[in-house]
Amino acid sequence: MKQKENAKKLFFYILSSAIALIMVMPFIWSLLTSIKPNEEIFSIPIQWLPSAITFDHYIEAFQSVPFGRYLFNSLYLAVMGVLFNLLFGSMSGYAFAKLKFKGRNVIFAVLLAAMMIPGVVVMIPQYIVLNNMPLMGGNDILGQGGHGLLNNFWAVILPGAAGSFAVFFMRQFFLTLPNEYMESARIDGCSEFRIYWNLYLPLTKPALATLGIFTFQAGWNSFLWPLIVLNDRSLYTVQIGLQAFTFDKQTAYGPMMAATIVIILPVVLIFMYLQKYFVDGANFSGIKS
Amino acid sequence: MKLNKFNETNGSSLALSFTSKKSSFNRYQSRAAYFLIAPTLLLFVTFMVVPIAMAIYLSFTSYDIISEMKWVGLENFRRLISDEILWLTFKNVGVLTIFYVPLMIIISLLLAILVTKPYRGVTIFRLAFYMPTVTSAVAASIVWLWLLNAEYGLINQSLSYIGIAGPAWLAESGPAMTSVIAVTLWLGVGGNMIIYMAGLKGIPNQLYEAAKIDGASGFQQLIHITFPMLRPTTLLVSTMTIIGALQIFDQAYVLTQGGPANSTKTIVYHIYTTGFEQLQMGYASAQALVLTLTILIFTVINFKLNQSKD
Repeated sequence: MKQKENAKKLFFYILSSAIALIMVMPFIWSLLTSIKPNEEIFSIPIQWLPSAITFDHYIEAFQSVPFGRYLFNSLYLAVMGVLFNLLFGSMSGYAFAKLKFKGRNVIFAVLLAAMMIPGVVVMIPQYIVLNNMPLMGGNDILGQGGHGLLNNFWAVILPGAAGSFAVFFMRQFFLTLPNEYMESARIDGCSEFRIYWNLYLPLTKPALATLGIFTFQAGWNSFLWPLIVLNDRSLYTVQIGLQAFTFDKQTAYGPMMAATIVIILPVVLIFMYLQKYFVDGANFSGIKS
Repeated sequence: MKLNKFNETNGSSLALSFTSKKSSFNRYQSRAAYFLIAPTLLLFVTFMVVPIAMAIYLSFTSYDIISEMKWVGLENFRRLISDEILWLTFKNVGVLTIFYVPLMIIISLLLAILVTKPYRGVTIFRLAFYMPTVTSAVAASIVWLWLLNAEYGLINQSLSYIGIAGPAWLAESGPAMTSVIAVTLWLGVGGNMIIYMAGLKGIPNQLYEAAKIDGASGFQQLIHITFPMLRPTTLLVSTMTIIGALQIFDQAYVLTQGGPANSTKTIVYHIYTTGFEQLQMGYASAQALVLTLTILIFTVINFKLNQSKD
């Protein structure tokens, strides 16, 4: 019996370690590549560890492409996405969970149904809507003449500023909070907005943290939509910049891996530091069903 | 609630004044609610409701952003039928989905079972398995571009140790598709593992204990307890995976540029090319509509498959 248990344990550790190696190896390998001299990157047979550590590839990557600029752009877009989603998501989530108003269930159901609609179907119309935004980017009041919000950070921020997921997530959290605070605050003559802002919102800090991290990650990693609406090189995000850089450099794997490491690192560090919230958020999508 | 009770016990004269006060309060409350949901609704109408209506209208037009929109009736849909590249991308994505979805379910469930074992150090494995999930598809594809390099890549160099000459992964159609599937799995299994972990925690332990007493093997327990009990979770995971698989873009764009010879070009990639590179927005909308319909059909089939077993 004991022996069988030990064999099981051994099997567990061997299998898990093998899988963990597959999952983590690409990170380690790109890190190692990024600090190796060129002749060691392209060597047969393979050279596992660098004989000397070099940061030349990082310098080259940052010199040939304005990655600093791209990092700032991505950070700005991701943070704005987080702020808007936390604000609008919690406002609507609170209203749907705690306030009574006509059409509450219908509106909520429609918002929820929108989560099932594949993004590809609204991709082209959203582009046209942004292009024809009245009074923006040289447009007249009818949305003609200019290029609207295209080639503008708002083209990325606005369509994702109040995601259905954020509303739903926050609503579920507000539902778990008791109604008593609300009732006694009302008797004290507190305004509805202040009840939401001063009383309930501070209680949702864990939910806000989880939602914030998820929104940040999604914003930082998004590629297709920024690629469509941002054409100006100075507006590129890290993902677009990285893709363009790779396309130009073809076989310069050293600088390529250096750039990739710089772009992966922020999210991986956030993840290591705040892994509890990541797991909470991922768990939540399981509760949805 | 408390107010209502107070009403009932304090007689009718009081009740009257309370009802009028209450209705004005309700009006006040709903005004506050509308104020709170207004920004969300405004954005929702602008970027969701209007675009959905437009998507349908656009697919009957010819539009290139610069010149006037032209109504062309069913022309776009007629064109779809003879669009060879479109059907090729449907075939590619179909092949991808057939392999990717079952593998995703099996692997993420296996990982979830592993990391819910009560062994020491299991959290480290959980962390390692989840790590790829936080990277972007673009960055992951670039890392794998290097790993899969035919001559100097880690994969082929490692294979040569055991005497296997690996293929030029990204330059041959079969291996290229395999690579896209593998990278997508590597990226995604961690997230679904977490969902399955939550599902596994919900299975009552007594079931396994009873099965053990009856002498059921570990494999039998998996087939007769774990799988059936996880059906709602599997429905969720498979639905999300199918919807995601049918809309794959990033990996194909960065890893293979749809090549070689369009063999890894995906549907969304083709729609992107038609709409934003060739500026045929009307025709691209018709393509997107067909894809949406396909996603809908697959989702319904998946629901039916997962329910009929009950």
